Order: sequence, then structure tokens, then C-alpha cells
Amino acid sequence: MDFDVIIVGAGPGGYVAAIRASQLGLKTAIIEREALGGVCLNWGCIPTKALLKSGEVYEQLHHLADYGLAADKPRFDFAKVVERSRKVAGQLNSGVGFLMRKHKIEVIEGTARLEKGTPAPKVVIAQKRGGERTLQAKHVILATGARARTLPQIGLEPDGDRVWSYREAMVPKAAPKSLIVIGSGAIGIEFASFYRALGAEVMVVEALPRILPVEDEEVSTAARKAFERRGLKFRIGATVKKLTKSKAGVVVEIETGGKTETLEAERAIVAVGIVGNVEDLGLESLGVKIEKTHVVTDAHGATGVPGLYAIGDVAGPPWLAHKASHEGVHCVEHIAGQPAKNLNAPIPGCTYANPQIASVGLTEAAAKAAGRKVKVGRFAFRANGKAIAAGETEGFVKTLFDADTGALIGAHMIGAEVTEMIQGFALAMTLEATEAELHATVFAHPTLSEAMHESALDAYGLVLHA
Amino acid sequence: MTDILMPALSPTMEEGTLAKWLVKKGDTVAAGDVIAEIETDKATMEVEAVDEGVVEEILVEAGTEGVKVNAPIARLSGGTEAKAPEPQPEEAAAPEAAPAKAESKPDAPAKAELATARPASAKGGERIFASPLARRIAEQKGLDLSSITGSGPHGRIIERDVKEAKPGAKPAASAASPAPTSERRGETRPVQSLQQMGIPEGSYDLIPLDGMRKTVARRMTDSFRDVPHFPLTIDLEIDRLLEARGRINKMLEKDGVKVSVNDIILKACAVALKRVPEANASYSPEGIALHHHADIAMAVAVEGGLITPIIRKCETKGLAQIAGETKDLAERARTRKLKPEEFQGGTFSVSNLGMFGIKSFGSIINEPQGAILSVGAGTRQPVVRGDQLAIATVMSVTMTCDHRVVDGATGARWLEAFKALIEEPLAMMV
Repeated sequence: MDFDVIIVGAGPGGYVAAIRASQLGLKTAIIEREALGGVCLNWGCIPTKALLKSGEVYEQLHHLADYGLAADKPRFDFAKVVERSRKVAGQLNSGVGFLMRKHKIEVIEGTARLEKGTPAPKVVIAQKRGGERTLQAKHVILATGARARTLPQIGLEPDGDRVWSYREAMVPKAAPKSLIVIGSGAIGIEFASFYRALGAEVMVVEALPRILPVEDEEVSTAARKAFERRGLKFRIGATVKKLTKSKAGVVVEIETGGKTETLEAERAIVAVGIVGNVEDLGLESLGVKIEKTHVVTDAHGATGVPGLYAIGDVAGPPWLAHKASHEGVHCVEHIAGQPAKNLNAPIPGCTYANPQIASVGLTEAAAKAAGRKVKVGRFAFRANGKAIAAGETEGFVKTLFDADTGALIGAHMIGAEVTEMIQGFALAMTLEATEAELHATVFAHPTLSEAMHESALDAYGLVLHA
Repeated sequence: MTDILMPALSPTMEEGTLAKWLVKKGDTVAAGDVIAEIETDKATMEVEAVDEGVVEEILVEAGTEGVKVNAPIARLSGGTEAKAPEPQPEEAAAPEAAPAKAESKPDAPAKAELATARPASAKGGERIFASPLARRIAEQKGLDLSSITGSGPHGRIIERDVKEAKPGAKPAASAASPAPTSERRGETRPVQSLQQMGIPEGSYDLIPLDGMRKTVARRMTDSFRDVPHFPLTIDLEIDRLLEARGRINKMLEKDGVKVSVNDIILKACAVALKRVPEANASYSPEGIALHHHADIAMAVAVEGGLITPIIRKCETKGLAQIAGETKDLAERARTRKLKPEEFQGGTFSVSNLGMFGIKSFGSIINEPQGAILSVGAGTRQPVVRGDQLAIATVMSVTMTCDHRVVDGATGARWLEAFKALIEEPLAMMV
């Protein structure tokens, strides 16, 4: 037996699982074909936040007068914006390397494939430095992640030049003057927001009737208005018929309610969903159950094949780094025989556009569809002192409580810094707080977070500043 | 004059039993004196006086069940100004002393200051860790949190736990059972899933737990864990019993009645219990109950479990009657047509696996009974008589005893009496 645990994939699911395994005294190896930290750290969460910060600061420069300030002709150097983003990713990548060494986790660079074995499948690695290595562990955790969905039959396929996925969109040579973003989920909206901040004409095409379709409908509506104020354009309920490349850039034919329209731009970003990385791993021969490009698992990540587990994006939505880390830790603790902690911990979701969007728990529509009676609270930032002082009065906090038990079952926010505030509600939900605890909590003044308190009060008709 | 109120032991407690008064009318009490004991199904706690004064009236008698929290249970007169160390009863009882009247305040907060309770048992004093939502749902469903096992971090009770608990699970019903030994006062061990124990999902079929299976599981687990039990085994020669049975059945042939070996064992058990009444006993916190009659429960295997119908006052019944009753009860047990009173209670049990060829075994005590007899198969065996080898039909029986009521010597005396009856059935006539 070479290892107690072998983890395939060193993204936020895999490397966190490896650290936890090492903490529990398990002899652990992790296999990565590309870069430690995975998409999240190298091509996703982190570098986009660096780009968005640049965009946000640049956008602010245009509103200096609001704050009694002035600066001459703000400019940006796009190459340096991208360079900064790459540096940030590079720093964190070496940070993960350090963490692996610190926890004595063996990092194997290469591409893994599974073969039948006991007590867990054998892991055969085609090493980057050459040669093949076969390892046997007691447990194997698949954490291979996911990638952007492409639809080549209608031209929705990145070409690295004019048609981008998130990956190309992060490192272009120059900022496009015009851009079509196909898909209005978190990824599409963040890039749309970033390139709009740098002055591009941006059109977002969404097939569903509203943008950010997983968010609460009120948030979707408010977000659209906020983005439109910043000059973003939307085509909602619009199906992409075909994307073709022209001399100048891209041409996208769309159909909205029976009417066809042709959109043109320099570049297009394809953000139409995610598919799990389940190929070339030997999963079929092991009999691993795969549904819609994702490995089917139980609550602990077990695949049904003895000794084989799957966590994170490859095990299904929501495709979020923190969900992957949470599952990774849980899976390893389960393997080590530790009792399950809270399996039902709600998973918050954040979109780092301007304004920001954050939510946790059920949307109002989902709660009602589940037959729950809800009490709804709302509080707008325009009535919050700190928001007014900061000149960030856009947005609101919406809270949902179960009318029978008082349980907080959902929270939805749009506005400045809400991605930092959502943890308050996530913690409340994990602790199974009711309205009573939220009402009784003292919120510091002046903070944007006071809007969270007021929203919870509003659900029970107790709002103070509205 | 102030009222002493029924205290709440836990946030969810709604009522309790006023078990005992430690003071009586006219007694002088000082702050900190224990004046009464309150019981819930989980714990006993003491009620302390916070103020000094004289007990003017006991409003709720000792032994009253279902006393609502915050109901006045006694009235204290006098007050801080009654400084005399031994006040005269008449003086103290003076009904409307002016200062006392001024003190009487009907609203709850004032009362709450005057009588506090502190839990006497360790269990009662423990803080129950439960999420706010779990507390709220428990309150709405009328669940006692102390009876729920938490599955959250550090055993914290979370929403899932109270949602899965049934309102009927409130263990107030234990008042009906004389021996509340099934109380789960020990730490409940964490329940691991089959998967955590290495049995993969899909490798087995899952039969849902029905009511009978749950009852068997709970009662047997409680009994095996909580009752200090021990087995006593003895060999019996049953040739005479078999011979007697043959003659009896010949006699009863015309009535269409057939007496089984088991029927004779039941009768012998009943007679032996009359001869050694200490073995016909149940443990209860109040004392050991010595039963007036031998109500013998017999274990009957039925589809999906087992049930123990009872031959009441078995010592008073003849073999023909016992045979008729066992036949009827066993049949109705198999078709699940027994009435609750036909299988609840009983003072002693008999379980017989002889027909399966089992040589000997030790059953788990059926609470609150003090003992159970496990009957093995009768087989022809060599026995030594004097210095001669002979052949006899020998049957092993094992008596499992609740050591709290049946000590080793008591059990041995009962088996001795039982053996005498089995080996010479005529002795049952005496």
C-alpha cells in the first residue's frame, strides 16, 4: 500500500482535502496535471477578483467628483492589469506548494487514470517529467473539477482569438472595444462587468427570462437595472442560433420571442455552463455512475465503487470552490471514521460584479414552491447611514424566514461589499438561528451590515429606519 | 405573604410531580432551606426557599402529578421583619400582618425571586445544547429536548433531530411503568451508518423498522444495558414429567385437550414462584414489588418479531385450563389479535427454544419482571445415579435474574424448587 489517500486534482477541493487528510495522520498524495490550486486559483476565482478590482478602482476614478476629489484623465494600462492578475495567481499557486510541503503531502505532476484494484482503484500516472507510475492507496478521491461548456455546432467554442472562454478572457493582449457575453451566470456577469468598467460596449445574451437566473428574482431585476445604469446591454430570453467569425470580430445571431437579431462585436465570451472533467480517467471501466457529465455520489462523496470518492465540481453543482473544499474536508473525515458534521450547511454564492451580489439558502420562489409559508424582510442601502456616507446606496438586503418556525431560510443581497456580509447569514443558518437571535444580535453602527439587521426586523414588521 | 411557585427544571418543562414536602404548615423556613422535591420524568430537583418565613399553607399535596409550572404550590407568611428565631405559630399565622400584605405582589417576576429551584441530579443540571431552531420546533411540537439525542457538532440538537422525534416520544408515559429503568441516562453512543462501518450502500436490502421491531429493539437494548443480569443454569430430568404428561393427555383425550411440556413448565414456574415469592418480584425506585400472583408471560415467535402473552394467576389454574389458554393466546398472537392487556405486564417470563433443538440459552429480561426462564431441548443422555450409568431425558434451563431483586441464592432456591416440581410433577399437587 503506497498511500492511505490519493487525491486526483489539486484545486480547492483536492488540495484542501489533502491538507485535512494529512492533519488526520493519513499518508497522502495529490496528483495535478497542470497547476496547484486548480482553476479557482489560477484561472478563476482569484485572478478574476484581481481584474475586477482594477476595473472597480478605474470606474471609481470617474466618480471622484462625487467625493469632492479630482484627477486628470484616468487611464489604464491593460497589459499591467493582466500582469497584476497573473502575479496574484502565481503568488497563491506557490502558496499551495508550500502548504503541500508543510503537510508532507507528496505532489505528483502528471495525468492520472484509474484501473481496477483493491481496496481502491489503482492510480496510474503519466508523469510530466516522463514515465509512468502506478500507485495503490486505500482510498482515492476524484477532485478533477470542471471546465466551460462549449457548443461547437453553433460556434460556441473558444478559438483563443476572438471567441473566449473564461480562460482566454482573463489574459487577452488588449481590452476589446466591444464584447458579447453569452450567458449571464456569475462568470458571464463578472467579465461583462469588468470589461464594461474599462469602457467596452458589452452586450449580455441570456436564454432564460432573467439574468443571474439562480438568484432571487428581485435581485435579478435590481442587478439588471444597476448594470444597465452602467451601460451594459442585455438580451433576455434570447437563444443563440449561430456564432460566426467575421473580419472585424464575431457575429452572433440570436432569436428573441420569434424575432431574429444579429449582434456584432470584436470579441465574444462563451459562459454557457460547466461540464465535469470525467473523461480519460478510466471511470467507465470501473463502473462509476456518471450523470450529465458528473460523477454520482452519496452525501459523503462515495461513488459506489469501493474506495473511490468524488468531490467538488466533478461531483456536481453548485460549481463553487468553497463547496468543493467543504466536500473535500467532509469526505476525508468520513474516510477517517469521524462522525459527520453538518451535512446541510447552506452554501453561499457570490458574484463580484459592480454592484456585488451574494445569497445563501432558498430564493423566495423556491421556498414557496416547496410549500413553505415565508415572511419576507427587505431593507434598502439608501436608508443605511454607512452606505450614504460611502456613496454606495445601490441595492438591498432581502431575508426569508419560515413563517411557522422563524428559521432563517434564505438571504439575498445586492450592493457594495455584500460578498463579505453574506457570511453573517450563512453562520446564522448553520447555527439554525431564528428571527429571535437575528433581532437580538447587536450590529455595529455605522456599518452596511446594519441593513442585514433591519431586513430581519422588517420581516416581522419591526424595521426601525424605514 | 408570598406564594412559592412550581419551578421549571428545563426551558421546555410544562408540568411535573410534586414528589415530597420537606416542610409542613407552621414550619419556619430560612433562605436556602430545601422545602420540597419536584420530579419530572428525567430528574428530581429540590425547591429552596429564598426568603425566610412561616409556611402558612401547603397548596399542592405531595404526590400530585401534572402540576403546571408557575402554579402556586405553597404560601409563605411573615417576612424579613419576623426576626424572632423561633416565632410563635399563632404569631406567624396571623393572617393579615400589615407589612406582609404590602409585600404580596401578584405578578410573576416578583414571585420568581422568592422561590428558586436547583436541579438535584447531574442530568437535570446539565445544559442542553440545542440550536435555536431546534428549541423552537421542540416547543411547538411539545417535545422534551432532554429526551432527544443530538446529531450536530458536539452532540448539539439540531433541526433534523427534533423533526425526526415524535411528539409521542415525550417520556412522561414512564409514570405508568413501575420500573423506569429504561431511562436513557447514560450517554448515548454515536450512531454510525452502515457505510461508516464498512458496508457499502447497495450491498443489502433495507427492511424498514415496524412498530414491533422498534419496540423489541428499544426494550431489549434498554433491558440489556440497564438491568444488571446474570444467568443460572441447571439440568432437569424430565422422564417422569413426560410420563405424567402422557397419562394426563390420555385422561383429557375425550375433552379434546392436549397438554404440552411447555404448559407443565408454565404451571411448575407458577407453583415455584409461590414457593419462593422473592423471585416473583420487580424493581422500582420506591422499593421491590413482591407480586401477589404469578402472571407468567410466554414468548411466542410471530412473523417479524415476538410477543409475550400472559397466563394470569397461573398458580391458580389447572393444566387443562393452561393448555387451552396457551393455545388460544399463541394463535391470536400469530394473527396479531391480542389485546394490549393480554401481553402487557406479567411478573415472570418463559422462553422455550427446545423445539429447535437448542441445548441451552440465556434470555434477556423482560422489564419490569425480575427473571426469565430459558428452556432448552430435552434429550436422552447418560446420567450417573449412585455409581451406575443410566439413561435419562435431560433438559437444561437457564434463569436470567435481575440482580437488583433476585440475588444468586434466591435464584438458586427458585431453581431448586422448580427442579423438584419438574422431576416429580406430583409435587405440584401438594
